This record gives sequence, C-alpha cells and structure tokens, in this order.
Amino acid sequence: MNFLTELGTYVVENQSELLSMTWTHILMVIYGIALALLVGVPLGILAAKFEKIAPFILSSTNILQLIPSLAMLAILMLYFGLGFQTMVIGLFFYSLLPIVRNTYVGIKEVDKSVTEAGKGIGMTPGQLLRKIEVPLSLPFLMAGLRVGSVIAVAVACIGPYIGAGGLGDEIISGISLQSEIKIYAGAIPATLIAIIADAVLGRFEAKTKARMAP
Amino acid sequence: MIQLQNVNKTYDDGFEALKDINLEFQEEKINVLIGPSGCGKTTTMKLLNRLTDHTSGEILMNGKNIKEIDPIELRRQMGYVIQNIGLFPHMTIYDNVAAVPKLLKWDKKTIKQKVDALLNMVNLDPEIYRTRYPSELSGGQQQRIGVIRALAAEPDTILMDEPFSALDPISREQLQDELVHLQQEINKTIVFVTHDMDEAIKIADQIILMEDGNIVQKGTPNELVTNPVNDFVKDFIGTKRLKNNQSMPQLSSIKKAFPSITKSKPVEDAIKIMVEKQISYLPVVEEDNKYKGIINLYDALSHKDGYVHEITNTTSNAVNINSDAAEATRIISGSGAAFLPLLSDTQEYLGVVDNQALLKSFEGFFADRGGEI
Repeated sequence: MNFLTELGTYVVENQSELLSMTWTHILMVIYGIALALLVGVPLGILAAKFEKIAPFILSSTNILQLIPSLAMLAILMLYFGLGFQTMVIGLFFYSLLPIVRNTYVGIKEVDKSVTEAGKGIGMTPGQLLRKIEVPLSLPFLMAGLRVGSVIAVAVACIGPYIGAGGLGDEIISGISLQSEIKIYAGAIPATLIAIIADAVLGRFEAKTKARMAP
Repeated sequence: MIQLQNVNKTYDDGFEALKDINLEFQEEKINVLIGPSGCGKTTTMKLLNRLTDHTSGEILMNGKNIKEIDPIELRRQMGYVIQNIGLFPHMTIYDNVAAVPKLLKWDKKTIKQKVDALLNMVNLDPEIYRTRYPSELSGGQQQRIGVIRALAAEPDTILMDEPFSALDPISREQLQDELVHLQQEINKTIVFVTHDMDEAIKIADQIILMEDGNIVQKGTPNELVTNPVNDFVKDFIGTKRLKNNQSMPQLSSIKKAFPSITKSKPVEDAIKIMVEKQISYLPVVEEDNKYKGIINLYDALSHKDGYVHEITNTTSNAVNINSDAAEATRIISGSGAAFLPLLSDTQEYLGVVDNQALLKSFEGFFADRGGEI
C-alpha cells in the first residue's frame, strides 16, 4: 500500500515528463507501423500475385524478424546514427513480417469462387484487387497489424540504448538507480499502450471479420 | 450468335481438353453443355468469356472473332453465374447486383431501378434484401442473387457454370423452374454447364453431350432420349430414363394366333371350329384373308343352315398391328369385347390380342420401370 502511494506521488510529480515519454513512445510505434504498412502491404500483394518472388519476400522479412532486437538496433545505429529516426526504422523492420505475411495470406485466402466471379463479370486486375481482394483480406491484415503493434511497443522500450527516448528511458534509469518506482513508472504505461493497441485493433479485426463470414 | 469453329484447347502440360469442336449455340435458347467430369464442358464455356483462351480454331460472336475483343469488355457483355455462387461477401445485396452496372458506370438512378426490378423478378422484396449481406441469405436466395447479378447489365448471353449443383434438392428444383420461367420473359442465349441429366432434360432447348473433349451428340432433350447415337449416350442418359421414355408394349409382341373362317363357308363349319376351340366368337375373313367382321356362337346356333357372311357383324372393332397396348386397351374397354382382331396395314387378318395378354404386357412394362406406375 505504501509502495502504491509512493508510486502515485512519483507519477504525479513527474507527470509532464512521463507523459512526454509516453508520447514519444507512441509516436515511434505509430511511425514504425505506418512505414511498415506503406511498404508491407504492397510487398504482401506482390508476393501473393507473383508466386515466384513470394519465398524471397517472405524469407527476407522473416530474417529481419529473427535478428535480436538489440543487435538490430546497434547495427542500424552504425548507419543512421543515434536518435528517434533510427528507432522508427528498427520498429519498421520488426513489424514488417506480420504485415507482409498476413497481407499475403489474406489475399491467398480470398475464396477462389469470389475472385473468379469478379473476373468473370469483367473486373480489371486493378479493380479486382481494390474492390475484392484487399477488402476481403482486411481481417488478416488487421491481425498482422495487431501483432506488429504489440511487438513494436515492446521493442521500443530499448530505445534509450540508441538515444531514441520513450518510456524505456524511465525503465533503464530505474535499473541503473535501482529504483523500483522508476521501473514501474515506465513499465506500467508501456504495458498499457500494448494492451490498448491490442484491444482496439482486435475490435477492428473482429468487425471486419464478422461481415465476411460466409 | 456464338459459333465455335474447329476449336482446340491444349493445356501447357499437353492435355487436350477440346478436340476440334464445331458448335453453334442457339440464340435466345437454353444450351446445356453436359458430360462426365473432365469432358471439356466447363472449358468450352470458359472459352466464351476468355477466362481460358483456345489454342486454335475460331470462336465467333455475332461474326466477330472473340480474340479481337478485349476480354474485360467481352466479360461485361456476358452474364456469368458460377458454381459456388461467388457473391462478394463484403458487399450488400444491392452492391452485388449492381456490380457490373457500376463497372459500366451507369447512373445511380438507373442502377437502383434495375436492381429493384431484378429483386422483384426473383421474388425478393427490395426493401428487405437490398441492404443485407450475402451471409444473411439462404443458399437458394444467394444463388438467385447470383443469377440476377448476371442479368443486371442486360447482356445477350449468360454463362452458367453448374449454378445449382451446390444447392439442396428442393432449392435446386425451384431455381430450375424459375430459370425456365424467367427465360420466357428475358429470352437470353444461355450457356448452361451441368453434369445432371435430369436438370438438362428439364431446362434445355439444346443439349450438347460431350466426352473426352469431343461432342458426342447434340439435339433437343427428346432427340437424345429417343435416339441416342451410341452406348455412351445411352449410359449417360441412364437406362431408367430410356425405359421411362419407352413406348407402350407393341401389339405385335403379344399377338395370339387365333382361328378364323372365310365368309363364304357354311355356318356349320364355324360352329364346329368354335366348339372345338371352346370359343364363342370367330373372326371372319374374305377369300384373300382380308378382315371382314366377326360372328358369335349364339347367332351361329340360330342360323345353322346359312352361310357365315349372312350373320357376320361387320361393325365390330379391330385394331392395327402397329398400334400399342394402350390403344388396344382403350378400344376393348369401350366395346366390352374380350379380344380384338389384329390387322395388317392392308387389312389382312393376323390374329388377336385378348384381355389377358394385354394385362400381362402391362405387368411386364411396369416391372421394367422399377414398379413406378
């Protein structure tokens, strides 16, 4: 109980600083994910449309995901220097795989009879993609986005090592100062961001899915 | 008008799906392509809207080679109904039906009128169904939408790829009836693929029966059933269906030999024959065996000293040998006679057919049909 009041007092006293860290954290994630969507969705569509390059696209995004996050950020730092933008690039790489893979699977999973019907009534390949395939793969894409976001929120916590800021700052200084309160003050908001992202995107996912139940 | 001239289709793996097909689809009629799986019926249909391209030969649509028509344009000019319905699950019924008119950029008002009219045509209230999603409809309703989606842009030709095969038997029958009924209003050239002979016979104006990439026989349902060209066609139509169509037993097969008497003979002779054979009637013939009439035992007994022609009843019924059992039964039951004389085309007396033989022939006929009477 005592600990909770202490934590409360700390949070209130440092609220502006904590809020700005939270904001930086969220921004990093949003930029990273937005980039990943911008690049990942077209890559996923390409992979689905051209079976030959699919293994190449999928395995290279897979490899990106397999590099340990600290190592990846360190390598990125060599080329992009310290700071916010390096972290955004790192998060972009990390959330790329779920988005590419889910877009790919989503388009592959569109019922063949539906695409045949679309083609048969005279849709151009572009119309087919815009009106049929992309809307129908949306539930999958949403699932990918959700997984990607949760990963990004977690990875963003090691931001301070490459000077990117965010809630990781609070946690890491808590570790070096051996301050339980500081650790919690960073960890709790970071977890909350992950939970909220998961819940909100999960609802979107369910919504897109519900209508398309066969 | 759609014509196929020497059309071949060979797939990349060397499989010859179609071999030198020559075919003309009848305009404003239901043309049914039928055959076992792998016979090329679906391929033939998909050539028409270029979902598949033929390897050689020509397909002419109103005299124009379809390879010179942009496939997208071509498809928009043809309705297409597919086997698994293929409605767009993320679009409302309205958007589904309006899909092609929207691609063709019709104005909104026209599209709305068209969609409502089509929904009414298949007895789905537009007010209720317009805003629903396909998943909220039954299978039969969904395929009705599939059919009217194909009609929306008012194409001359509609391609239907086993459209009713995924439905339950009751919905299937209903939709078949509705299609036949609808066709009377819309008069489209319909190319309909199926593997179900009952369906084909029910809806087709022209049946095109295929096997291994060849056309085995084409004609009206009646022509196929009454005159199958070979055993494959017979097998495909099915022995049961052939039997159902079989005519009634022919009288020639149940003819009985029966004595007769020449009209110039004395009545005494006639009585002798009747007593000997234990019969009460005797057919009378002329010298050249032409049928004359009939005498009965009672008249004969009261006219013992006369001649046969004096007591011959020339108004009694007889039947031609080429008639069937149904005809004979009708005459017999109308006249109350126990038998009928059988005559050749030249009125020669050949024998008789009696009640018992008729009944026997019917027994055999219905037994062949598996007891269905």
